[in-house]
Amino acid sequence: MEAFAAGLWKQNPVFVQALGMCPTLAVTNSVRNAIAMGIATLFVLVCSNTLISLVRKLVPRQVRIATYILIIATFVTIVEYLIKAVSIPIYKALGPFIALIVVNCIILGRAEAFASKNTVGKSVLDGVGTGLGFCMALLCLGSVREILGAGSFLGIPLFGAGFQPWVLFLLPPGGFFTLAGWLLAFSALEQRRKGQRERNEIASASAAAEVRA
Amino acid sequence: MNDASLMSIFLDALLINNFVLAVFLGICPFIGVSGKIATAWRMGVSVVFVAFVSSVLAFATNALLIYCHAEYLRIICFIAIIASTVQLVEMFIKKTSPALFRALGIYLPLITTNCAVLGVALFQTSREYTFAQSVVFALGAGLGFALAITLMASIRERLDLSDVPDVAKGTALVLVLAGILSMAFMGFAGMGGEG
Repeated sequence: MEAFAAGLWKQNPVFVQALGMCPTLAVTNSVRNAIAMGIATLFVLVCSNTLISLVRKLVPRQVRIATYILIIATFVTIVEYLIKAVSIPIYKALGPFIALIVVNCIILGRAEAFASKNTVGKSVLDGVGTGLGFCMALLCLGSVREILGAGSFLGIPLFGAGFQPWVLFLLPPGGFFTLAGWLLAFSALEQRRKGQRERNEIASASAAAEVRA
Repeated sequence: MNDASLMSIFLDALLINNFVLAVFLGICPFIGVSGKIATAWRMGVSVVFVAFVSSVLAFATNALLIYCHAEYLRIICFIAIIASTVQLVEMFIKKTSPALFRALGIYLPLITTNCAVLGVALFQTSREYTFAQSVVFALGAGLGFALAITLMASIRERLDLSDVPDVAKGTALVLVLAGILSMAFMGFAGMGGEG
């Protein structure tokens, strides 16, 4: 359970660890693409975590990274053909970024840091948690960019006809700015919480001093 | 077959569709290794080198895979090619120029997981470039990466001296800068290209 929750929030792969930035920025110009990418990554992450955890005792240490990459590449190929079979428009929209899941550092990172050291059950949970955390981050970016850039959510227009879309947010600079905005919000939140904790400590320390006095 | 001219492919990959600022490839090293101009520049040069060699090898492998009707092995083959290219380049540089090897240090092995390099191999396949086009495309993309990361490093070196609010320090600041750079690079879109 702990492994599951950590990936979702405290160790969120995008906002906290700053991993997997390329797909995060590239495919989040609409909510639909963001969800498709998130699910594809989630699938690869869970499958590769499971398999790597199963074979972790059979693989010699020297060739482990090469083995992990081959396992990940196999699942990415499966996903690529799956998406092509399910929906051609999504396949076209995501383009080479499906194949680029192979070099998404989140997946290799979890394989090396978690799946190679833990049991199958824990590794599956960790994969689901981290994958959902990644989905959530993609969704955060995708919804901001689609609402501001196209005035719609999942293709459904939100505002009246008078809405002037802020096209910049669909273009590459918008991706950078949106992610920067989310990171700023997160670090501001973190800082306020830290400030609160420090104030609490000072207050309790002075209270203790008063009691002693 | 793709009939774009070599010059337009080169400029397209270098400026108009710059790999870092417009296509979002290779963001991790762009954020991670852009602290100092000297290291950023070296990283850029090694990416140009690896992208060039692996593009040539990927072109040959792709032809072989199509001949054998085994296109589904493409992703696995490309990643294996890049990993071995990085290893080869590392050994080659170590033998020929120990000084350069020491300078590049840890950055060489890191290129294996640089999506810009795999991106070059995948794009040249999906756009059906000829051999000459692929080579020019790889050079343009690699140089574009080097240009972007060097620009970013020079901005960051100056920002070290200025007073930035605590909240914005680190990745957020780099992303804001990248957004502004990316807006500047959108100006090149007026030069045409394949969009």
